[in-house]
Amino acid sequence: MATRAPERADAAPPRRPAGKRRPTGRHWRHAVDVKASPYAYVAPFFLLFCAFGLFPIGYTLWVSLHEWTLLDDEHTFLGLENFRVLLTDSYFWNATYNTLSIGILSMVPQLLLALWLAHLLNRPLRAQNFFRITLLLPNVTSVVAVVVIFSQIFGRDFGLINWVITSFGGEGIAWRDASLSSHLAISTMIMWRWTGYNALILLAAMQAVPRELYEAATIDGASSFTQLRKVTVPMIRPTIAFVVITSTIGSMQIFAEPLLFGAYTLTGGQDRQYQTLSLFFYENYMRLDFGYSSAISWMIFVFILIIAGVNYLLTSRMKGNLR
Amino acid sequence: MSHPPRRRAARLLAPLIAASLLAAACGGGENTPAPGAASGGAAAPAEPVKLTVALFSDFHYGPLYEEFKKTHPNVEITERRAQFNDHHNNLVTQVATGAGAADVVAVEGGFIATFREVADKFHNLGDYGLSSRQSEYLDWKWQLGLSKDGSQLIGLGTDVGGLAMCYRPDLFKEAGLPTDRDEVGALWPTWEQYVETGKKFVAAGGKAAFTDGPGEHFRAMVEQAPVGFYDTSDKVVVGTNPDVRKAWDISVSMIQNKLSGKLVAFTPEWTTGIAKGTFATMVCPAWKTGVIKDQKPGEGTWDIAAVPGGGGNQGGTHLLAPKQGKHPKEAAELINFLTSKESQLTLWKDASALPSLPALYEDPAVATFVNPYFGDAPIGKIFTDAAKALKPQYTGPKSGDVNVAMGNGLGRIELQGQDPEESWKQAVADSEKIK
Repeated sequence: MATRAPERADAAPPRRPAGKRRPTGRHWRHAVDVKASPYAYVAPFFLLFCAFGLFPIGYTLWVSLHEWTLLDDEHTFLGLENFRVLLTDSYFWNATYNTLSIGILSMVPQLLLALWLAHLLNRPLRAQNFFRITLLLPNVTSVVAVVVIFSQIFGRDFGLINWVITSFGGEGIAWRDASLSSHLAISTMIMWRWTGYNALILLAAMQAVPRELYEAATIDGASSFTQLRKVTVPMIRPTIAFVVITSTIGSMQIFAEPLLFGAYTLTGGQDRQYQTLSLFFYENYMRLDFGYSSAISWMIFVFILIIAGVNYLLTSRMKGNLR
Repeated sequence: MSHPPRRRAARLLAPLIAASLLAAACGGGENTPAPGAASGGAAAPAEPVKLTVALFSDFHYGPLYEEFKKTHPNVEITERRAQFNDHHNNLVTQVATGAGAADVVAVEGGFIATFREVADKFHNLGDYGLSSRQSEYLDWKWQLGLSKDGSQLIGLGTDVGGLAMCYRPDLFKEAGLPTDRDEVGALWPTWEQYVETGKKFVAAGGKAAFTDGPGEHFRAMVEQAPVGFYDTSDKVVVGTNPDVRKAWDISVSMIQNKLSGKLVAFTPEWTTGIAKGTFATMVCPAWKTGVIKDQKPGEGTWDIAAVPGGGGNQGGTHLLAPKQGKHPKEAAELINFLTSKESQLTLWKDASALPSLPALYEDPAVATFVNPYFGDAPIGKIFTDAAKALKPQYTGPKSGDVNVAMGNGLGRIELQGQDPEESWKQAVADSEKIK
């Protein structure tokens, strides 16, 4: 499509016109500078990344192959035994299911809502900045504060929602006790925090969509909803893909919400009904079973790789369609 | 002429230097010996010594440090505090990696078993003459400070968490039960009688539940038995110990007779329920009186009676000296001082920390102490009676985790309607999986 913004990476830095002949020594140094110094500039990041990113990932793999408790000096090599036990551990699959369930329950409505909010804010509005800043407010609130408040709202005996239900003659819901209700409660907290943030990212992408398209659509008689569906969404598809990837990875790491919702119990409810993968990892970590918990964190890593891979395939296909 | 290349080289190197500096800064910090320690002459008494004390809350040690410095003018004490769980997790990491631990560390009862496993990572306080204090201590409290094989003294006890039963006189009155704390205590010498009392309470048809939830009761019952979750060889015996099964059955009967308010301790419903009166009794270690007070139920709303089954304890702390500390002698002296009779009495008055030295239980400051917030209950006497009556029980390394697994089992019966027998099997299997 001709209307897309030009890709910036294509614009090569302007080359200096070849000047007078220089002494070879200087020329050599110049060549080294041009070739090598960019690497030196990015080196600090990569050194730190290796120290605090790559090395821990590798070391965790090493630990996961051992019977390893933190206080014991001896670590017996087990090979893949931890992974074998893990893959047959029904609590692991329970946590995987919970993570997916909470992830989907929070992500789908969240993205639809974010899209809608961004669409609303993408038109001329009074006090535009006020609304945009307001969108971000839930995200800058501490997660602990959010969960504490929502735990009160979702309380069984004195919660706001149950108070409304019972005042209409219904029966209060024990939010924590059942699988679905607890997942809904946790998803609500996640949505509260991240909808506005995603809406802002989508809004930024929407503003790059040329106005003429909307004008043309309006002249053709397209309603606001049709414009959103037929113009906006196709134009910002790469950004939607980005938001989906980041929220999926985020949902693999849901931790503070279920932990605090369960009043600091590591099992996520008596029946592990809302124990996520991160919480399952933390439970085993707190038992100082480092080999096993490393195996869990590696499985989480593998899940994220799979999701990222699927997303990559989908987005590259989408880009192909657009060109 | 020579300027630009040099500057270029500097530009090239600067990020690398910065990175290596950063790495050095991250690595070096904790290993630097305290100034003066390097010369190492133990003979010189005036040599300045810096001690760090790591705690998980305000223990009100400030005035005691000042007192200690009067006899040890060369010692400088700094205290650092962290949140309860963080403190103990940090300590595990510090002990495992051999760096960063304070000279004196506090370890709470729920974690002490973990560190008894690795007694060689701590100074043997017996080497510094502290074994002589055994006769002063409650026996079970002393045992908790020994290494697993009993050969080393790694920690000295500070306070204990004597167990009682908190109850609401107003709700008892409505149900036609006695309200006086001695009469209430007389209702339930055993846990079976506690359940019978609960049935009467429920039969009276009030709106409130008889108690919060069965988890804490279960734990108290298990801890009163001669053998708990572990045998002395650190094997989990949950499935075969008849006392555990008995505690389980009584807890299940509490659920089945609808004594329980289906509340899990420290959830918002539970804390709100304390003030709103949704339940009439709860198992009450000494420190829980503070939790009750924080909810502002009103003066005299809650009262305190003896716990069924005779005595009990939950919580309480030990002071340990990690082996990485460079000044074991001074650290041992500080521990000895902070746990001394005089200090424990001061801490009882300042911080309501229940002493672990029975001699103090006769002291009028403890024996006659009444708490006006709990209807003038003689809490000094009630809680120390419970602490004295407790018989020592071997605590296995992961008792806390086993307790969670069992408590979850009871919760499943109550909240998810699981069949009690199925839940028992699952809870036992979960416990035995804990390594």
